[in-house]
Amino acid sequence: MSPTLEQLAEQYTQLAAARVAPAPAPAGAPVAGLAEAGGPVAGRAEAGRPGSPTPAAPATAAAPAAPKPPVQIVDPALKGYHLDVTVGPEQVVAAAEIADRAGFGLDTITGVDWIAQNEMEVVYDYFHPTGPVRLVVRARVPRATPELPTILQVFPGANWHERETHDFFGIKFTGHPNLKPFLLPEDADFHPLRKDYKP
Amino acid sequence: MIASKDNFSAAPASQGPQETFTLNLGPQHPAAHGVLRVLMTMDGEWIQRAEPVIGYIHRMHEKMGENRTLAKFLPNTSRIDYLSAMHYTHAVVGAVERAAKIEVPLRAEYIRVITSELNRISSHMVWWGALLLDLGGFTPILYAFDDREKILDLLEGLCGARLTYCYYRFGGLYNDADDAFLKGTRDFVQHMKPRLQMYRDLVTDNIILRKRLTDIGPIPAEMCRRYGATGPVIRGAGVAYDVRRAEPYSVYPKLDFKIPTYPEADSMARYLVRMDEMEQSLYIIEQALDQIPAGPFIGKVPRVLKLPPGDTCYAVEAARGRFLVRLVSDGKDTAYRVKLRTPSFSNLSLYEEASKGMILPDALAMMGSLDLVIPDIDR
Repeated sequence: MSPTLEQLAEQYTQLAAARVAPAPAPAGAPVAGLAEAGGPVAGRAEAGRPGSPTPAAPATAAAPAAPKPPVQIVDPALKGYHLDVTVGPEQVVAAAEIADRAGFGLDTITGVDWIAQNEMEVVYDYFHPTGPVRLVVRARVPRATPELPTILQVFPGANWHERETHDFFGIKFTGHPNLKPFLLPEDADFHPLRKDYKP
Repeated sequence: MIASKDNFSAAPASQGPQETFTLNLGPQHPAAHGVLRVLMTMDGEWIQRAEPVIGYIHRMHEKMGENRTLAKFLPNTSRIDYLSAMHYTHAVVGAVERAAKIEVPLRAEYIRVITSELNRISSHMVWWGALLLDLGGFTPILYAFDDREKILDLLEGLCGARLTYCYYRFGGLYNDADDAFLKGTRDFVQHMKPRLQMYRDLVTDNIILRKRLTDIGPIPAEMCRRYGATGPVIRGAGVAYDVRRAEPYSVYPKLDFKIPTYPEADSMARYLVRMDEMEQSLYIIEQALDQIPAGPFIGKVPRVLKLPPGDTCYAVEAARGRFLVRLVSDGKDTAYRVKLRTPSFSNLSLYEEASKGMILPDALAMMGSLDLVIPDIDR
């Protein structure tokens, strides 16, 4: 009933392919160009590090760098998950719908502040209640305007996780009905897990 | 009462034939298990909407994980879910061992399983006593805490702490289990088996308890999946999801145990799952005691522990469900990001949907059957 790992990878590859096509079009705009260049150069999370030389010149490095495959089957004994998917921020809802149809449950949503690359990563973890498959979906948003759509309509459990991520990182989930401070004090206007946060 | 500038506004109370009123439960309330506040819009005795308000004891463990070395962060893990300290430490040391490829000696893994299962039993005993207190039965918690005391004494003799153990270390354990602990654990298993039967006779088969919990607070499997509810909540909905089997870790693959499930999805099903789990934990401990090999209790670990860049996840089955640690490293000895996915947070997030239309005492019985630990929600 639930798809195999390969079938799932295939579905996400198609989703990711749908993104690659429109990507070059807005590359002329400076902000979009920076964000797009940061993606392939940085590759997966471990490739681009704060202090590593590649992200220093994102505009020039965009073309020659070999982009990391957006869908990877990884060894769970080394990573703790089976499938690693990178999508565009506008695609997280579609990615969640694929997970929903495949019978996944929402594990958690969180952020990572990649300040050296001027980006924020939003990570969606999924677990499968009946099959031993773990899925990770990532999307990167520019640090200045961290916005992406909510997946609340697909997984209602995302409500709290997105509120928490907004608390800690200031990432806006458009369409979320209630992004008021959740774990932080009710008048909090700071985002403590941003790397440039000073208490 | 509720100040007008309150961030967490309940649906406005209305007057007239359909009159509603706002009921503020907590943050200090005997039935709320700590500083949990639930803002309820009531239609008489019936709940129209119940919104949990959390964060009163938020301590930002995730930030603490970013500003101290991994070894210094380790004691924090016992303080997130203080009733499930062994499991939480297990997840963090497991994530570090997975990322740094540290080998753990077999003896250490067996002792981890024994102490984890002891911890699961002691955690379920607190839940059992507290749930029955909520329901108005005072006696059971005295029995539960009497038996739990034996576990705490065993673990105190082993590692010096009664609650916040921090007993596991990267690559192994803080110290070896001595014969007194192993024999004491064996005696405890023998002691506990008839006690569980007594629990059943005294409480589980009691008609008042059955009437308070049966068909109360249904949480079907589909709701668990969409909200990410795990542990006894999803098993009480008939889904045999257990991290010990779904994402095998430690020496659990070598051990035989059943995953108790009940398809009824009501509060009684969640109750019975936990009662059966205590039995299964005793069974696991017995097997582990029989199989435990001699050998070192800690492996070779570099003095300065630096993780390779990248992210690593490690999940364990804690007493309340799936606990996941996501470690992101940038190659330094301090984690770049530590995400702690706690089961109580996800299990409570479905409360608003699940409690709709219930009467207040039933909603509190359902809350008790979720087995909430507030520091686990707030972190």
